[in-house]
Amino acid sequence: MGIAIIEKLAALDRRWIFLMMLFAVAIPILLKMEFPEKPSQLARDVFGEIEQLKPGDKVLLAFDYDPSSEGELGPMATSFILHCANKELKMYFLTLFPVGPQMIEEGISRVILTDFPDLVYGEDYVNLGYKPGYEGVIKVIMTDLRELYTTDARGQNIDQIPMCKGVESIQDMKLIINVSAGYPGCKEWVQYGSTAYPDVKLVAGVTGVQAPYMYPYVPKQLKGLLGAIKGAAEYETLVNAKYVEGKPKPEYREGVRRMGPQLIAHLLMIFLILAGNVLFFLQKRIQRL
Amino acid sequence: MKIEHIIWSLLIVSATLFVLWQTTSDPEQLAGREYVKQVQGQWVPADRIDMQAGIAQVSTPRSIGLWVGAFFTLFIFSFMYRDNPFYKAAESTVVGVSAGYYMVVGFWTTIVPNLLGKLTPGLMQQWAMPGISPEPGSESWVYIVPLIMGGMLLMRLVPRASWISVWPLAFIIGTTAGLRMVAFLEADFLSQIENSIVPFVVLESGNVNYWKSFENIFSVVSILACLVYFFFSIEHTGAVGKVSKFGIWILMITFGAMFGMTVMGRIALLAIRLEFLFKDWLNLI
Repeated sequence: MGIAIIEKLAALDRRWIFLMMLFAVAIPILLKMEFPEKPSQLARDVFGEIEQLKPGDKVLLAFDYDPSSEGELGPMATSFILHCANKELKMYFLTLFPVGPQMIEEGISRVILTDFPDLVYGEDYVNLGYKPGYEGVIKVIMTDLRELYTTDARGQNIDQIPMCKGVESIQDMKLIINVSAGYPGCKEWVQYGSTAYPDVKLVAGVTGVQAPYMYPYVPKQLKGLLGAIKGAAEYETLVNAKYVEGKPKPEYREGVRRMGPQLIAHLLMIFLILAGNVLFFLQKRIQRL
Repeated sequence: MKIEHIIWSLLIVSATLFVLWQTTSDPEQLAGREYVKQVQGQWVPADRIDMQAGIAQVSTPRSIGLWVGAFFTLFIFSFMYRDNPFYKAAESTVVGVSAGYYMVVGFWTTIVPNLLGKLTPGLMQQWAMPGISPEPGSESWVYIVPLIMGGMLLMRLVPRASWISVWPLAFIIGTTAGLRMVAFLEADFLSQIENSIVPFVVLESGNVNYWKSFENIFSVVSILACLVYFFFSIEHTGAVGKVSKFGIWILMITFGAMFGMTVMGRIALLAIRLEFLFKDWLNLI
């Protein structure tokens, strides 16, 4: 009887696992399960770097991601814009991903147009859009912005945009904020930005897949790093605590909200790994008998 | 009829009825609909407050997009059960749309501004880029070189002359390799060595920070152990073997952490699709 159950479990159709994972993620979403977030040092470093800037300081927001990683990186991008808008920083958006302009427009629409309608395009924020060329773009604009950016994403001459006057290169930015889904992204900004020009400060929010490769750059080449949805939730908590009165809007709590399914799904994952190992050893024992 | 087919038919019919019921009877009138409002002449998504204020209106194109998005999400999910025509249709659509999108983006963001815009700025200003200066730069003629090389690359499509495409390809590979080698040497080799030189005893206001000191020692020992594991000129026996084994353990822990982070990323992707279905489409939460 016991042997039959072990054999049956060992040969379990993987679609049952998929179904379990679906429930593990769906149920916390439907029940709106949320857990408090305690910001880590890395998230506090990112927050601190933006916090120490003065109103009117220039920041570059490089949103190098597309819809396939929006789930992880969208909440970070939203929090970055919210933080910068509250700090009254001059925001320069650009992307090295072909679908990135839509991500920038979505962020602008979600935060600036909705909650900061007084901010003026061209004076408080500008969308420089997408440029092809991967790391080549970073290498060029670190020394000469106009070599590649003659117009903004709307086709307006860059010299006619008030906030672009006097900006010669990315070295004029007080901080580079990168939201990265892969190549080209955070690694390239480190290689061709903060390493080549040590005075340039860089903070980043990256996907879970990328995060382990980026940790070695902290803190010298990368001042702060948000890893995956966990980093997004921690940073979101810090921004909301300081700048949002009362209960934040659902759009500003996406990171924290998505940590509920994470917890349950991870518990399931740990259970499955343990169960798989126990079954493996039990099967070996049966074979020896 | 197989039992499997009956079960699936019942599930699909029940789900369809539920979706229809939810869409028609949602008290907030949000299920299956997208609302927009006008801000500074632009249409942006509206929220519940805008609806209460009466400044939001249903957007038919966006609502259609919402339904298409929901069905395509379900089509892709259906692959978890088995390969099927719905999944194939969704997959083919993604491939087709992506190819078309990238082609158009490539033309308008590379060929037009970076090539034609430099060679014939006056013409481009009239036709496609009103923001650029009509006067050609003093070194604009240089862009004839990439034009010729681009043409040479296209020779790949002609079997008899395909060898011509090898030359620009060699140029691309050479410049990319050179560009990257310098960056890797600076950022990943020299800087990482510099980052690894840390004090074994960390003093903070005259006192020893034991935890930070342990972190630094452990970090340096781990780096050295991993390097020993990849050092194949000495046989991994005795003391070297033990250090190398410690290096393997460190590598395994690193791979475990990477796996954990990857799982977190994948779960987040699943969560956003389910949020999209439950919240944006069906307004269940």
